[in-house]
Amino acid sequence: MDDTLFEFLLRQGDNTLVLGHRVSEWCGHAPVLEEDIALANTALDLIGQTRMWLGYAGEVEGKGRSADDLAYLRDAWDFRNLLMLERPNGDFGHTLLRQFLFDAFQVPHLKALEDSSDPRIAEIAAKSVKEATYHLERSRETVIALGDGTGESHARMQAALDLLWPYVGEMFLSDEVDTDMAQRGIAPDPASLRQTWDKTVTQALTDATLERPEGDFTHRGGKTGEMHTEHLGHMLATMQFLQRAYPGATW
Amino acid sequence: MIRPALDQIWQWLDQVPDPEIPVISVVDLGIVRDVAWKGDTLEVAVTPTYSGCPATSIISLDIETALRDRGIGDVSIRTQLSPAWTTDWLSDKGRARLEEYGIAPPQAAGGPDRCPHCGAEDVERISQFGSTPCKAQWRCRACLEPFDYFKCI
Repeated sequence: MDDTLFEFLLRQGDNTLVLGHRVSEWCGHAPVLEEDIALANTALDLIGQTRMWLGYAGEVEGKGRSADDLAYLRDAWDFRNLLMLERPNGDFGHTLLRQFLFDAFQVPHLKALEDSSDPRIAEIAAKSVKEATYHLERSRETVIALGDGTGESHARMQAALDLLWPYVGEMFLSDEVDTDMAQRGIAPDPASLRQTWDKTVTQALTDATLERPEGDFTHRGGKTGEMHTEHLGHMLATMQFLQRAYPGATW
Repeated sequence: MIRPALDQIWQWLDQVPDPEIPVISVVDLGIVRDVAWKGDTLEVAVTPTYSGCPATSIISLDIETALRDRGIGDVSIRTQLSPAWTTDWLSDKGRARLEEYGIAPPQAAGGPDRCPHCGAEDVERISQFGSTPCKAQWRCRACLEPFDYFKCI
């Protein structure tokens, strides 16, 4: 088995799976109907992308595990998603700000993956980037509207930004998996995406009248699986309950 | 075994409605990418509109059922991701039917050019998303009716 490729694919699929599930938690709870529908649609896109990433991961692993097996039957320590994405949703503004910080990374990341030396990854990226671009457009506009909104919405967005900031650095950390992927032309070095991200985020925060927090400290351990937050296990307990309690259940 | 001509098969497929927007066919939607005989097996390549669209598996089932009803027993549906689906592949017939049905067809400008109900050009966006992954919600400022817009991707 190609261990690093498998690891890389899990990271992609777990990011979209965990964020997709978190966003889906808004279904039926969003502040207005249009936003409810928008969040559910965003979640649906992310889950669809998960199926492609984890489906391929299962094939690379070669043990007969399907995308569903990987999503529903792994424990927290086997997940490879960014810590920022597993955190609870907080309020609506916090959810959209997290979405924006991730979308601003994911769009240039997927654009680079369109040129991957692995044709299957290039295909998945080409399909996903259209959806991610649409997500970025919306999350960016919403962050600006809420940041540059009322006193209350502005204060909440600034608080959300201060809370999320120590998690953004993990997106750009490189380890031996990233180095191997970059050397083989499969994926870009995440650090190379920082400049594009900075530009997008700085501009949006300025338009949103939000203050960019100082400091480069970052929590780490989600992407490598070394250490997740306590929130992931709780999320999986809900997400995986049915397949754990009734193995193989279909309807 | 008789193998119906590919032209004939395309015509049959053009009668399979999209499950969520039944006024257009799966061929109008541009998601049937290829039809070919591989020996006695008919291979149909289908591309998803959005990666998470729940209609995708229903569409494959509907295609298979329609072809079986026409006597083609050995059908293989292949999911093809690349090139990624684009609304440029919607047929002109499909675009016209969408508008008649009350759904504004996709425009390169990124928004509908007119209200599908009254034809007025004074329209505004309500939400970037809508009742299915492929649509957004808009409203006409002239007749005040909300309407679906088929997102341009």
